[in-house]
Amino acid sequence: MRFTEGFRDPTVARALAAGLRAAAAGDRRLCFMEVCGTHTMAVGRHGLRALLPPNVRLVSGPGCPVCVTPSGYLDAALELGRRGAVLATFGDLLHAPAGDGRTLAGWRGAGGDVHVCYSPLEALALAEAAPSREVVFLAIGFETTIAPTLMLAVRAHRAGIRNVSLLTSFRRVVPAMEAVLATPDVRLDGFLCPPHVSTVIGADAYRPVAERYGRPCVVAGFEPLDVLAGLLELIRLATAGRAEVHNEYARVVTPKGNPRARALIEEWLTPSDAWWRGLGRLPDSGYSLRPDRAEWDAARRLGVEVGPGAEPRGCRCGDVVAGRIDPPECPLFGRRCTPDRPVGPCMVSSEGSCAAWYRYERAGRT
Amino acid sequence: MDPKGDRILLAHGGGGRLTAALIADEIVPRFGDGPLRGLPDAADLPPIGGAIAFTTDAFVVQPPFFPGGDIGSLAVNGTVNDLAVCGARARWLSLALILEEGLTFDVLRRVLDSVTVAAKAAGVTVATGDTKVVPRGQCDGLYLATSGLGERLPGYALSPERIRPGDRVLVSGPVGDHGMAVMAARMQFASAGGPRSDCASVLPLVEAAAPMAGGIRWMRDPTRGGVAAALNECARGRPWGIMLHEAAIPLHSASAALADALGLDPLHSPCEGRIVAVCDPSVAGEVLRSWRSTEVGREAAEIGSIVCGAWDGAVAMETRMGGRRLVDMPLGELLPRIC
Repeated sequence: MRFTEGFRDPTVARALAAGLRAAAAGDRRLCFMEVCGTHTMAVGRHGLRALLPPNVRLVSGPGCPVCVTPSGYLDAALELGRRGAVLATFGDLLHAPAGDGRTLAGWRGAGGDVHVCYSPLEALALAEAAPSREVVFLAIGFETTIAPTLMLAVRAHRAGIRNVSLLTSFRRVVPAMEAVLATPDVRLDGFLCPPHVSTVIGADAYRPVAERYGRPCVVAGFEPLDVLAGLLELIRLATAGRAEVHNEYARVVTPKGNPRARALIEEWLTPSDAWWRGLGRLPDSGYSLRPDRAEWDAARRLGVEVGPGAEPRGCRCGDVVAGRIDPPECPLFGRRCTPDRPVGPCMVSSEGSCAAWYRYERAGRT
Repeated sequence: MDPKGDRILLAHGGGGRLTAALIADEIVPRFGDGPLRGLPDAADLPPIGGAIAFTTDAFVVQPPFFPGGDIGSLAVNGTVNDLAVCGARARWLSLALILEEGLTFDVLRRVLDSVTVAAKAAGVTVATGDTKVVPRGQCDGLYLATSGLGERLPGYALSPERIRPGDRVLVSGPVGDHGMAVMAARMQFASAGGPRSDCASVLPLVEAAAPMAGGIRWMRDPTRGGVAAALNECARGRPWGIMLHEAAIPLHSASAALADALGLDPLHSPCEGRIVAVCDPSVAGEVLRSWRSTEVGREAAEIGSIVCGAWDGAVAMETRMGGRRLVDMPLGELLPRIC
């Protein structure tokens, strides 16, 4: 019944922790980025930061979709709601603040039609139930989420359902990693690459990062032993000066990823510039619906524009997602900004770096 | 219309003929032997020795039936346990039923039978009650409310003020089973090997540990918010903290697996038949032995201790991986309508 037990063996963890200390021996300081929010949560939940050698630092990256989605996207979503659209969304976007602090949860409380879905396909039933209304699925996410979200349009097309569309803010992980490396005040020695995204794009997708920027990339799973094994590999590669891509998560991730998901993405989407909190406008870092699929694009269909929007005052989420600071360095952290009353998106999402630090690491630091 | 007469109608709550029939057919045969005999407006109760403990609780769990229990057993044990962890033995219960028009008599009967069985097991008598019916759509099936009067057991003097560094933290069995059983039922994951609610009276634990009562500083039944919420409420603002040992915390594998799959922390998942306690280290072993001698406490364990320093006012945990982390209060409405 406990499928994860083997990946949480304390004896193996102790051996890996000793391995980390041995591999990082010496006084060279090493800084690695875990790109994915679920890695951030795993580090917190299993207390893994305490196992890192003192000269090894782990910073969180731009892999939490809610955290990197600009407030302008929420401005646009709320505008669609105001114009009468039924909004369907993943739950973690519900409390993310728009430019003026409004949220989808607040809109729902005021009588707006906002439905939380576990699967994008649930929007189909909403569209069928309200044929006279436009149902808009708030389509955010990285490659992991993109293919299942596109299935909503595929199924709607097949069923002849016309009153459903996507407000897209799709993201590609590799351009974001490259942008972090190009940020002048961020010095990284390698990446712990996101496992679920890698099931789609494949481990080979990180080769350009390793080759062009000379940084090792290790794909690792979300279980604590996966994270420790991935870090050990990163320390070894970085100290040996080997900028290679290694796949610790080979039990799930293949070199080429999921060909069907990739084909679906190519069939429907085309790379496009996208706004990222903290990183700005990055070329080809997102995906938009191809011109011949424009009928599924809610922004075009209903005439709204998705801009960057305004950042909440004093909020340093942008610096957090770029790895420039750890969450407690933000002056709002734990004071004006808590999971109960979040100011910035990194505190909103359960996988946001600020929420993870608040939940697991805000006390006990000596 | 209800030609077969197998559903609750608004008239069952109207105070007329159908109300009388409902009471006569369903309530009196189950509860009519004690103070309810003759259906007085208020129960006449005999004096019960010394000080009295009094509590109340409401039950809205959805779905009303789940592996290991139902809203009926929950309504009895919830109130019995609130009294027990205050060092009191429940003697009398009130039982209020709020029924939705259209509820089947089959559901009502199963719930009332379950109340009867749980009350007998816990040694408590339903002494008074009330039934209301609300129009369809204005409640979800049925809600229950119970209040309880209990007599204080000698020796217990429970207060977090008495907790000292070095004290031990005990739990009477695997944590989080109730929350995971209800979630499994709600999501239709329920299966033979799946999570089962621990719903039970914890009074046998309190009675078994009575000889060591003086060394027990604090007890709670970790219901909503689970062990994490109970311990955080205990530690908040104190000049000490609580350090748990993840490897020592008993967990049923079915609950742990579901919690993992749902991304939930079992420490945030409610228990309905457990006690978490802090006691003097000199009696910890004896309390554990007494608990393990009872049916509900067979898997009791020491899971942590009271510490001074970096974690004052908080709850922390040494993880199985050898790291340390904060054990926070659950946020928001993690598990709505769980009890």
